Amino acid sequence: MRQSRAIDVSTGLFVLLGLVAIVFLVTQISNREFSLTETSYRLKAQFENIGGLKTGAPVKMAGVTIGRVEAIDYDMQLLKAIVTLRIDERYGEIPNDSDASIFTAGLLGGQYIGISPGGSEEYFKDGDQVAFVQDAIVLENLISKYLFSQAEKESAAKAEAAASQPASTPQE
Amino acid sequence: MSAGGDAPDSLPVNIAALHGVHYAVDDKVVLDGLDLEIRRGDVTAIMGPSGTGKTTLLRLITGQIQADAGQVVVDGVNVATLNRRDLYALRRRMGMLFQNGALLTDIDVFENVAFPLREHARLPEPLVRTLVLTKLHAVGLRGAAQLMPRQLSGGMARRVALARAIVMDPDILIYDEPFAGLDPISMGVVMRLIRSLNDALGISSIVVTHDVQEISQIADVSYILSEGKVMASGSPAELREHPSPLVHQFMEGLADGPVPFHYPAPDYRQQLLLQREGA
Amino acid sequence: MSLPRELASGLVDFLANAGAMSRFFLRVLVISPSGLLRPRLIVEQVYNTGALSLVIIMTSGLFVGMVMGLQGHDLLARIGSEESLGIGAALTLLKELGPVVTALLFAGRAGTALASEIGLMRATDQLSAMEIMAVDPMKRVVLPRFLGGVIAMPLLTAIFVAISLYGVQLIGVQYFGIDQGQFWSEMRSAVEIEDVREGLIKGFVFGVACSLIAVYEGYHADPTAEGVGRATTRTVVISAVSTLVLDYIVTAILL
Repeated sequence: MRQSRAIDVSTGLFVLLGLVAIVFLVTQISNREFSLTETSYRLKAQFENIGGLKTGAPVKMAGVTIGRVEAIDYDMQLLKAIVTLRIDERYGEIPNDSDASIFTAGLLGGQYIGISPGGSEEYFKDGDQVAFVQDAIVLENLISKYLFSQAEKESAAKAEAAASQPASTPQE
Repeated sequence: MSAGGDAPDSLPVNIAALHGVHYAVDDKVVLDGLDLEIRRGDVTAIMGPSGTGKTTLLRLITGQIQADAGQVVVDGVNVATLNRRDLYALRRRMGMLFQNGALLTDIDVFENVAFPLREHARLPEPLVRTLVLTKLHAVGLRGAAQLMPRQLSGGMARRVALARAIVMDPDILIYDEPFAGLDPISMGVVMRLIRSLNDALGISSIVVTHDVQEISQIADVSYILSEGKVMASGSPAELREHPSPLVHQFMEGLADGPVPFHYPAPDYRQQLLLQREGA
Repeated sequence: MSLPRELASGLVDFLANAGAMSRFFLRVLVISPSGLLRPRLIVEQVYNTGALSLVIIMTSGLFVGMVMGLQGHDLLARIGSEESLGIGAALTLLKELGPVVTALLFAGRAGTALASEIGLMRATDQLSAMEIMAVDPMKRVVLPRFLGGVIAMPLLTAIFVAISLYGVQLIGVQYFGIDQGQFWSEMRSAVEIEDVREGLIKGFVFGVACSLIAVYEGYHADPTAEGVGRATTRTVVISAVSTLVLDYIVTAILL
């Protein structure tokens, strides 16, 4: 009977180890922050383009994480993306004219929401809409903008060069 | 014990019987219209050359397999008609000793004998202990209660299995080749146990074996099977006087007779001559 | 026999086996509630399949993690983002490598143990003896082993992934000098809880499959020495293939 006691203990240890591993995986390597199930409030923001923003992405002010992206929906009437932000209660004094922009962390990193404070003396309340937003910077748009502006510059330069030249002798 | 008359409150004469049983595996006929009776309170021996379906017979009685035709009746009930629960209830009244003991290898001797008790009855532990030790004592192995099956010799393992088979006080005890592979002393022990348990506990014993000399010393009735049928039956003394040459060959253990020594082959001289000529 | 004829009969055999195994599985499920009456047996089998596999799982996990660290770092260094080592390793291990490798190791160590134990009991008439003693060997022998394996597998998977991540960290941070905080925070930002869930679901599904195959093969083994040997071989082979096929199916469903 002594032998079965040892088996019980070993099995218990094994199961404990397994559960610890599961808890470790859930808390340490996935991005659920438990502090956010405490008191927090919601804000909404509308974007034309959210780029690669995902739910669970951090919401930061001055680089400090103050909340998470809770949900991302698309509004068919407004034809915009509606992002729901969950902000920790501790940060309840954000001026209500602050703007929310989508930034990229590092070169290949995930995208997050950064909030720059405005100057208003009133603060956001639960359910408020963030009025000022900046869409994600999409690389393709950037490149095409650059090319477009280059093309514009060139044609403007050509036009100038043509205008500043003396009247050309009419060809036969 | 052996009821003679037809008084209404007496138990049937036969505790088990087979009537016209046919059983075949694939195309091979194992039992061909077998008729057999096991009398209550007797030690009944079932003998025959290897492969005549003796083990099949046992499995029909325990309900592990079903006959293709015919009836297998145990204690007045046709075994084939029982549902799982009733079959299990019937089996609780049987004990079986397997050829190699079939002890559970992961528990010790005591637990092996206690196994049926633990599975089927909620008995207080002291009572279980008493029962187990009593049965072990009956087979002479009370002192081995703490050993593991792998520490037992073949003979001892078989005796423990016997203790396990009787722990629930069955009505029928079935022995499948109980003497196989034992040294003479162990054989003597087993023989004595089969007979004494049968008489002391008031049970009926069925012994499947081909150790003719041993079983003849303790059996009340013997059946010799051949080609799926009963070839001869009677007490050991009657069988020794039996006229059939096959029975005689079997009982005396003769090398040649109706069961030939030589496997069928072409003519000896012819085969040797062909070799020599070559080509 | 001509090739088409052989293939056809092989197919029929496969279907017959699949059918028999399904019926067996059904019977196991039906008697599952009775397993709760004998927790002792289940605990013993969790020990048998799980605790005794710990050493092999942890060792393999560590080395798989370390290799991922080496290879991953080499790969990512070519495109200049070594810091993403944690992300790539975590996702690969959690969703694919962890459950699959654990299942294969489980089949090799625990699966063969189960198959040979039950097969041996079949060959030495212990299962028959139980039937005669009116004890259902399915309930006493098969069910606890099956449940033990099903409980042990997800736990083993979690342990494997956790240890292998430690191995990745060992190589990435200690050896290659990636910043520890960055390593874990990058990982955390990319790994969703759904990924953890996916890994554990796979662990469970593989556990059911491999345990079922092992107990089935053992229970139906030929009652001879060769029969038991064949049963253990079949257990490993069928478990391995089933794991990989199920991996695809589960991934497709969850994605």
